[in-house]
Amino acid sequence: MTRLDESQWEGDLETLRGLVSERAFTGETMVLNMGPQHPSTHGVLRVILELEGEQIVNCIPDVGYLHTGIEKTMESKKYEQALVLTDRKDYLNNLGNNLTYCLAIEKLCDLDVPPRAQYMRVILAELSRIQSHLVWLGTHALDLGAMSVMLYCFRERERILDMFEMLSGQRMMTSYIRPGGLWRDIVPEFEPALRDFLNYFPAKVDDYERILTENPLWIDRTQGIGFISAEDAIRYGCSGPVLRGSGVNWDIRKAIPYSSYDHFEFDVPLGQHGDVYDRYMVRIQEMRQSVRIIQQAIDNLPGGPFRSQNRKYVPPPRSELGHSMEAVIHHFKLWTEGFRPPKGEVYVRTESPRGELGCYLVSDGGPKPWRVHFRTPSFVHLSAMPVMTRGYLIADVVGIIGSIDITLGDCDR
Amino acid sequence: MTTFEQRTAAAKIIQDALPHAIERVYEFRGDVTLVVKPAYIVEVCRFCRDSAELQFDMFSGVSGVDYYPDSPRFALVYHLYSLRNNVSIELKAFVEDDDEPSIDSVTEVYPAANWFEREILDMFGVTINNHPDPRRILTPADWEGHPLRKDYPLGYETVQFSFNFDEVNKHKPYAKE
Repeated sequence: MTRLDESQWEGDLETLRGLVSERAFTGETMVLNMGPQHPSTHGVLRVILELEGEQIVNCIPDVGYLHTGIEKTMESKKYEQALVLTDRKDYLNNLGNNLTYCLAIEKLCDLDVPPRAQYMRVILAELSRIQSHLVWLGTHALDLGAMSVMLYCFRERERILDMFEMLSGQRMMTSYIRPGGLWRDIVPEFEPALRDFLNYFPAKVDDYERILTENPLWIDRTQGIGFISAEDAIRYGCSGPVLRGSGVNWDIRKAIPYSSYDHFEFDVPLGQHGDVYDRYMVRIQEMRQSVRIIQQAIDNLPGGPFRSQNRKYVPPPRSELGHSMEAVIHHFKLWTEGFRPPKGEVYVRTESPRGELGCYLVSDGGPKPWRVHFRTPSFVHLSAMPVMTRGYLIADVVGIIGSIDITLGDCDR
Repeated sequence: MTTFEQRTAAAKIIQDALPHAIERVYEFRGDVTLVVKPAYIVEVCRFCRDSAELQFDMFSGVSGVDYYPDSPRFALVYHLYSLRNNVSIELKAFVEDDDEPSIDSVTEVYPAANWFEREILDMFGVTINNHPDPRRILTPADWEGHPLRKDYPLGYETVQFSFNFDEVNKHKPYAKE
């Protein structure tokens, strides 16, 4: 077994010249690698920490370990085939990604979405938000030592994943939201399961709060840590709970409503101090508000078609193929070539559980997207992470990464 | 004012203030895009951010597009949003040179652009002048080529069946004897 000798070590530090301060080269500060394999980085995130004792002088996130070329692959698939890839991008908010991509296609094609589908999309997006926040809470609390919260959150999450399975057959990578509406109509078992969940879930959020919110250990580990001011948050492009934790009231569901969000009444929780604790409180309150939105949506769910009837973009139901020649032709065209949106480009923003998820779609008039670019919140928030981490202790880094709520699939695509 | 009217009004303000920098304005499905000459992109961004009427303080992102084989080949689209006025607008800059594309960095105006520009220089090979940290971001540091260019292949992995088992095995990068 060879030992790393001095000369090898210096060579490694050379690659960081310009990123870490000069003091690292004299030995005053230590450079520590929080490598891509680490239980608390929530994925394959590499953070290079420059430490002075325990205090962080600088932190450099290094991403790209989960880059799978989703955007490039989408350019070689038909629009509806490419939809399947969007599930896998931010794998904790599958329906939200589907929704953003579908909204972009619908804006590009000027495609109508029936009200039933719009309300269902809201229900699914909010369920997806609750499910993502449960994973966040479980893993964030686990990192900071509150290990029991993790399994409680995942137990609730199982109920949501069961509902997704009822609708689409798949727990996570559902691809249920399609251009024009939904893949298929909701099954009869969904509504009772959803109402049951809505009755049972708010008490669970109270349970999580009972464990954490006034717990002196939790407060010690999260209050005053990872501060980002409102001005800095806006300058670095932060959005979602990171921005709202610093007190800036911007929620895309309220500001630029999409998919009938303006029909629902809900509050937008805001923090004041911009620290880890406030971001935690914002997300907990968001879970409660999501329950409120879902309750309103399911109570007022309109009847009618679940997908647009525009046959140029939406395939006809199989029963129609038996007696309509046009249906057969539309089916043939859509399955062989795919639909052709008009030439142009659009940018659509939605509120994902992490922040502003934007989809920039460029079409050249062909059946495959020319360019799809996802503006992902995790990518932007990680670039703001050094601002939140400088000056704190190394034990706080884990809490800060958890409070930003990153998903590496979202960051790297 | 409707959203579209607000956006066209904002575009008009920019066009009136900096006529030498804007080539044209077009709208599609309610989104207003200003085509900006690439040499003036920093100036336009600074005006958008600092102007009292516009206040485009939120930088949503910059996307690169490769229009190969059309020329000009590369375009950068900047998505700006104003929190106070709830208006969004797009700035599009076509990079002049196709063979050695370069454009100035807007990081000094919008620090949020830092990583987005790194992604563009990684994926498209457009040199970003005056960028504080011009390293590759998504691909490994020693990667060659720029993946999102249209002349870069998608890349496939050959499926290993029994008839081509040994052939595919030869190319697999694991420790062999």
